[in-house]
Amino acid sequence: MTLDAFLFQALNGLSTASGLFFIAAGLSLIFGVTRIVNIAHGSLYMLGTYIAYTLATKIGGAFGFWGGIVLTALFVGVIGAAIEMLLLRRIYRAPELFQLLATFALVLIFNDMTLWLWGPEDLLGPRAPGLAGAVEIFGRRLPSYDLFLIFVAPAVLILLHFALAKSRFGRLVRAATQDREMVGALGVNQAVLFTSVFALGSLLAGLGGALQVAREPANLAMDLAVIGDAFVVVVVGGMGSITGAYLAAIIIAEVKALCIAIGVVDLGFIKFNASKFTLVAEFIVMAIVLIVRPYGLLGKPQGNVRSVAEPEAPIRPAAPLLKAFAAVVLALLLALPVVAQSSPYVMVLATDILIAVIFATSLHFIMGPGGMHSFGHAAYFGLGAYGAALLLKSAGFPMLAALLAAPAVALLGALLFGWFAVGLSGVYLAMLTLAFAQIVWAAVFQWETFTGGSNGVIGVWPTAPFNKAWVYYLLALALAVISVLLLRRFLFAPFGYAMRAGRDSALRAEAIGIDVKRIHWLGFAIAGGICGIAGGLFAFAKGSISPEAIAVGRSIDGLVMVLLGGIQTLVGPMVGASVFAMLQDTIMRQTEYWRGLLGCVILFLVLAFPQGIAGAFSMLWSRFDGKRGGRA
Amino acid sequence: MSAPMLSVDGLQAWYGAAQILHDVSFNVGRGEVVALMGRNGAGKTTTMKALMGLVARRGALRFNGADISGLRPFEIARQGLGFTPEDRRIFSELTVMENLDIGRQPPRRFPGGQPAPVWTPQRLFELFPNLGEMPNRPGGRMSGGEQQMLTVARTLMGNPLMVLLDEPSEGVAPLIVEQMASTIIELKKEGLSILLSEQNIHFARLVSDRVYVLEKGEIHWQGSMAELSGNLDIQRAYLTV
Repeated sequence: MTLDAFLFQALNGLSTASGLFFIAAGLSLIFGVTRIVNIAHGSLYMLGTYIAYTLATKIGGAFGFWGGIVLTALFVGVIGAAIEMLLLRRIYRAPELFQLLATFALVLIFNDMTLWLWGPEDLLGPRAPGLAGAVEIFGRRLPSYDLFLIFVAPAVLILLHFALAKSRFGRLVRAATQDREMVGALGVNQAVLFTSVFALGSLLAGLGGALQVAREPANLAMDLAVIGDAFVVVVVGGMGSITGAYLAAIIIAEVKALCIAIGVVDLGFIKFNASKFTLVAEFIVMAIVLIVRPYGLLGKPQGNVRSVAEPEAPIRPAAPLLKAFAAVVLALLLALPVVAQSSPYVMVLATDILIAVIFATSLHFIMGPGGMHSFGHAAYFGLGAYGAALLLKSAGFPMLAALLAAPAVALLGALLFGWFAVGLSGVYLAMLTLAFAQIVWAAVFQWETFTGGSNGVIGVWPTAPFNKAWVYYLLALALAVISVLLLRRFLFAPFGYAMRAGRDSALRAEAIGIDVKRIHWLGFAIAGGICGIAGGLFAFAKGSISPEAIAVGRSIDGLVMVLLGGIQTLVGPMVGASVFAMLQDTIMRQTEYWRGLLGCVILFLVLAFPQGIAGAFSMLWSRFDGKRGGRA
Repeated sequence: MSAPMLSVDGLQAWYGAAQILHDVSFNVGRGEVVALMGRNGAGKTTTMKALMGLVARRGALRFNGADISGLRPFEIARQGLGFTPEDRRIFSELTVMENLDIGRQPPRRFPGGQPAPVWTPQRLFELFPNLGEMPNRPGGRMSGGEQQMLTVARTLMGNPLMVLLDEPSEGVAPLIVEQMASTIIELKKEGLSILLSEQNIHFARLVSDRVYVLEKGEIHWQGSMAELSGNLDIQRAYLTV
């Protein structure tokens, strides 16, 4: 590895950083003012590349390319304004997680819309007119366009910096980032401010995407790939700090570039390929930054963020009627094998649903009563699944022992990750849990000799008598009932009260002698352990486990299940998981555009039932019951 | 007296599910300084927030002849009702000048057509000389008293017809308290109406014309400042003496 090659990779990293900066700056601005984490920001970036491609190829020439980039940015800005006015404006007062879910629904819809409009092929735009050549630098040829990108990002940074420092719009943005309610009480129309900030942030994402048109082919995987990177950048740089976003974009891009530059490292006793660490490197950087500086490099503690959402109602023990209902449902579930003897598919679907129920209830345990929004619950699912599979295959455990060891493996992982995670809150906690999940995922993906890499572990079948679908279903049912009852027991024990007290007011809880961090740490670990049961059951139900099954999509599925069902009740995650698993198994398999369909379903639910399905039912019930007073 | 600047009838307000105000009715005339008095937790701050539309509320609210009960906070502020919160809520990242700019609104007129006082940073620096010495200081690096002056000045930048002053004497040095009192008298001379929330009768006595006493979200006594000064029973029953 020569110094020249090293420096050349560093330059490459700088040009990659520019794209990251644009999307991260937009994300950061939007979060600062509206407190919405816009997961759909990656989709706007992707749209930018696609639209710029179309303009550059359809109009052609210098105007089609350069003019196309400007037009694309403006157009994406208009799309952003429309999103804010039509969707987000209706849910500013909804709980934070609902907002996340709504923007995630947009990701699904935009992705399928792009598939429909542009087709599944990768589309590489033309070379930039005027910058098609390359320059000789460090003995290699660097495309002139990359050099141009290296300078565009700081130019936009300076422009944004002055706009925020010197204009009235900039002053309003900074004031609203701190206290938007007070800005309103001083006569500023927040709706206009929010829309314009959202449009500006979207414009930046569109610009970043459009600028990539001559560098990378437009493809359908860009949205999630880039939003992952952008989150890391924003969190590392500090939410709301534009300069921090630039700094972090450079750090992340450079760390990745250097991993590639280093290549194969031979330390004598061990030999590894550093270029394989690109996946995990950025998340390790983020984890380190969050542990050392919980608010990012240039971020400030988010003072007393004034919550606009209604405070959560306490969770109450189920009413006798609900308990009777649960008993009836349980009896029906026990009778299911008899009824469904002719259709093995029903048994498989029912087992899938039970696994989803365990997964979602354990996630709900930390999200609802614990108030810790985990974006990486797939980690504990994965630890359970891989733990059981590897103990069976490599350590020769019998099936039941391996299945019972699954929660223990997940518990150990949750104890380790939880120790770091409970020091954070809100978005930062969500991002750190996501980072840990990515690390687990990358580890099983890249540690081929132990975990089988992308092929995963196969041949993980249950032994007799559980090799019959209906017996395995009953085993899953037993474990699901035990899991739910166990979590319920924790919740109504003093431990559960302490955990909820810590969520509602950490300061007051500490003042009456509760060690909030320790309680939340244990809560996190318990949820992780229970989630491991779902993972173990999953591995034996499918006969295999692969990295795909524990990727970020699994964590998102869990969030969707919990939020669909509603976070305020214990029944919620069970209802949500059942509905989601059934939807996934039935409707979703019928259409090519199932993601868009799921997105529309989520949007409808978010707008129609901001309390979740179970929450909506209990509200209808209490209306019917006439117990609620007549307050507006 | 002509129609009052602000009239409140049967105001109820909630924080989440908890009802704080049960039935609050009062009015403030043009150019009048009215004190809303009562102990901590009596509902003074909630009354002000309810007037601004910052908490869930119900009741008949009329300001300057218009119904403001269905308006959002920024619309209420644009009617000419200014609000200075008790916790000041200065934008700590912004400088003094920038804080003032956030509050800026166009000039307006009183119902009769006379122009309401127009405030510029220069005029406000005459009223609060301390602020004039630190136009570029970030709000987060000012003392409590300086922040108190800035929060009043920021509200005046909106050229209001009436100001809601929530506990301006709380937690500031005696010298600043005196300055606040003279500011209120100055504003009254300019023709502004003021609703002042206070627990401290010594301060309220310096500036107020009339008093409403709040307790547990209801008005328990009303009268002139002079009457309250002479009524030790009421003072002992509802105020911190």
